[in-house]
Amino acid sequence: MRYLSWVYLLALFTFILLPVVTLVVFSFQDGRLPVPPFKGVTFEWYAKVLSDRAMMEALFNSLIVALLSSLCALTLGFLAASGLARVILPGSALMRGALIAPMTVSYLIIALGLLQMFNQIGLRPSLLATGIGHVVINLPLCFAIIYAAIGEHQKSALKAARDLGAREWQVLWLVAAPMLMPSLAAAFFLAFTFSWDEFIIAFLLTRFDVTLPVEIWSMLRSGLSPETNAVGSLVFLVSIAIVVVLELTLFRKGSK
Amino acid sequence: MSIEAQEKRQGVALVTPALLWTLVFFAVPFGAMALMSLAHLEGREIVQGHDLGNYLRIFTDPSLRRGIFVSLEITATVTVISVLLAWPLAWIIATRVPQRWRRMVLLLAVLPFWTSYVVRSYSWALVLGEKGVVMNALVGLGLLAEPVQIMATRAATVTGFVHFFVMLLTLTIYSNLIQLSPNYARAAQDLGASQWQVIRLVILPLTLPGVMTGAFLTFVLCIGDYITPQILGGNNELTLPQLIMLQLGRRGDYPMASALSIVLMAIVTLAYAASARWLKMERV
Repeated sequence: MRYLSWVYLLALFTFILLPVVTLVVFSFQDGRLPVPPFKGVTFEWYAKVLSDRAMMEALFNSLIVALLSSLCALTLGFLAASGLARVILPGSALMRGALIAPMTVSYLIIALGLLQMFNQIGLRPSLLATGIGHVVINLPLCFAIIYAAIGEHQKSALKAARDLGAREWQVLWLVAAPMLMPSLAAAFFLAFTFSWDEFIIAFLLTRFDVTLPVEIWSMLRSGLSPETNAVGSLVFLVSIAIVVVLELTLFRKGSK
Repeated sequence: MSIEAQEKRQGVALVTPALLWTLVFFAVPFGAMALMSLAHLEGREIVQGHDLGNYLRIFTDPSLRRGIFVSLEITATVTVISVLLAWPLAWIIATRVPQRWRRMVLLLAVLPFWTSYVVRSYSWALVLGEKGVVMNALVGLGLLAEPVQIMATRAATVTGFVHFFVMLLTLTIYSNLIQLSPNYARAAQDLGASQWQVIRLVILPLTLPGVMTGAFLTFVLCIGDYITPQILGGNNELTLPQLIMLQLGRRGDYPMASALSIVLMAIVTLAYAASARWLKMERV
């Protein structure tokens, strides 16, 4: 049983890591095809990617869309969670359900609905349209995370602040936000990652200015190329760097 | 105004922006799409109608009906294989790996999450291709006389999906396992259960809610995904999302795309209803 466990662990890790390792290794391929045999190391493809203007613009677009849409989703989610946590309103359960509902619907369907509505009201496919879509998918997530973090202890602290005469914005900004900081941060980074990596909404709702996943997608049409490997490896590297930084700073205290 | 009434008013004021957003950018488009599914295309014009023609066509036209079955088959296969592979992995990490390595091993197990989704599918195309690493190794080792075609088949789609969902399920099952008190296993052992019996009769049933939640998530994400089948599966058989995109792209058939989307949603809703009593959607 003991040996079997290790063999199984090894087998599955091979399966899990195989594509990523292959991706990174062949991004250095000194040749036109990212398949064996490995012909030697070159940084040519990385240089090519980094000097590709369309790619860099897409990267910048992705960052902007992810940043703004996550901030928007976070704000809406935070306000809604603190509202629903403070009083029991008639229809509270229904409101919670309504806010969570988009989570149960495929991105493709959300994108299709928005595309039709934007067509009707004359909003062209754009980064703005994509951003709106990303808030729709991330709002439930932010709301759920923050709402789950407001327990009895937090509720009484908020009530105490109000009883001591704090105005509503002061309660939110000076008491609730600092108190809920870990879950606000978690919600923000999760939303950011989802938006950053989201493809189908961005694919349907952008046209000329595109986000990174859409740009990578159009790259795939030309078949396998070490250049695509290089882009993928770069995205991978950046995400890992962010995770490591978060792990070392933000989440250090909460985890053991 | 009483304090209570004022509290309520402020509560409503805080929830309203989020509710409005959800209403305008989720509920309204969704309603519009449901209406659109009742329309039909005449030439290039969309004609509003109130008939179920599109739905009838989905269930009678062989190529469309086939999409439903292809999607269901792939999703069921992926869900079952992923659960079967992920459970032992999560169990080994939770019980066999020494405590101080555990976090490291877990991080490594979900490392590919951090590449982008599109790139992950692409890297499977890289690995599974005729000249890819896997075929190279198999032929090189003499296990195969010549490369077998995997790319652009259902096997490639399933592999790509399983890869993603094994990671996801390992996480959910692992977090379920470490919450269990070790006393359950100890008590069962004291009462004479063998290790295998402990797993099968005690641990496994206790993780069932977590497994079901994970499996449901897998089902929903898998059946709605366009990227993986499009990159890995080729065009021999099309899943529902691929059919939806085809309607949009080829002739702008929004009515049919909408009807297919509603069918896709209905399938997810049915799956939810079927598994609801085992699901554990914490708190919300």
